[in-house]
Amino acid sequence: MNYLYAFLSGGAICLLAQILVDKTKLTPAKILVLYVCTGVFLGACGVYAPFVRFAGAGATVPLTGFGYTLFSGVKEAVETQGLTGCLTGGLTASSAGISAAIIFAALWALLFKSRDKNI
Amino acid sequence: MDKNSYLKLASKREKTSPCLKNCLFAFLSGGAVCLLGQAMKDLYALLGAEEKTAYSLVAVTLVFAAGLCTGLGFYDKAARVCGAGLFVPITGFSNAVASPAIEARCEGAVTGVGSEIFKIAGPVIVYGNIASVIYGVIYYIYLCFAG
Repeated sequence: MNYLYAFLSGGAICLLAQILVDKTKLTPAKILVLYVCTGVFLGACGVYAPFVRFAGAGATVPLTGFGYTLFSGVKEAVETQGLTGCLTGGLTASSAGISAAIIFAALWALLFKSRDKNI
Repeated sequence: MDKNSYLKLASKREKTSPCLKNCLFAFLSGGAVCLLGQAMKDLYALLGAEEKTAYSLVAVTLVFAAGLCTGLGFYDKAARVCGAGLFVPITGFSNAVASPAIEARCEGAVTGVGSEIFKIAGPVIVYGNIASVIYGVIYYIYLCFAG
């Protein structure tokens, strides 16, 4: 059942983004920014945590989940460290994904040459 | 030609993308990526990872896989069909980091790869961070008053 919920929720979030791409003049980059900020906002409203419990990876894998990770990191850090936590929490919580993206991208840049995009 | 008639002409010439088909592909591919993520999360949990760690590991694995597919040239081809289904999940973030890095390879290690790596994904981190810091300050003030 978990798998069905993950599939449906993740699909729905992507579907919404596709509608934004097709029906508005928003570019993908702007939609991604919008999604991350939405994730932070929904986390702050207390909506996203139950959604993660319901949909699992369907909620954490889309970019709104990245926003939620930033949010929950800041929340925890503010509770333990006070005001400093505002600055340390977000990136600490999301460091695994960001560092992995940097390290692997550097590796791929070493291994692969760019190819013709118009094939 | 005045502005209005130009806009009319331009919107007539704009490529109209078949919305329904795009949406279907976005739904199916986005759902599939999340399904894969859920399967991985359960696998990592089975291997003894804590819930939070398991989700981080899922993100790392998906970032790895999507970067590899970008390098091999599959990802951009698939993304052309699947649209938002492949750029909204964390795999799209990975693609957005790996793709300019590979492109910039010929421009050198520092001014090429080093500076181009966050050309597309940078704004996501910048605004995500700003939003979370704003939330943090509000939450801190709230905690001060709430006790």
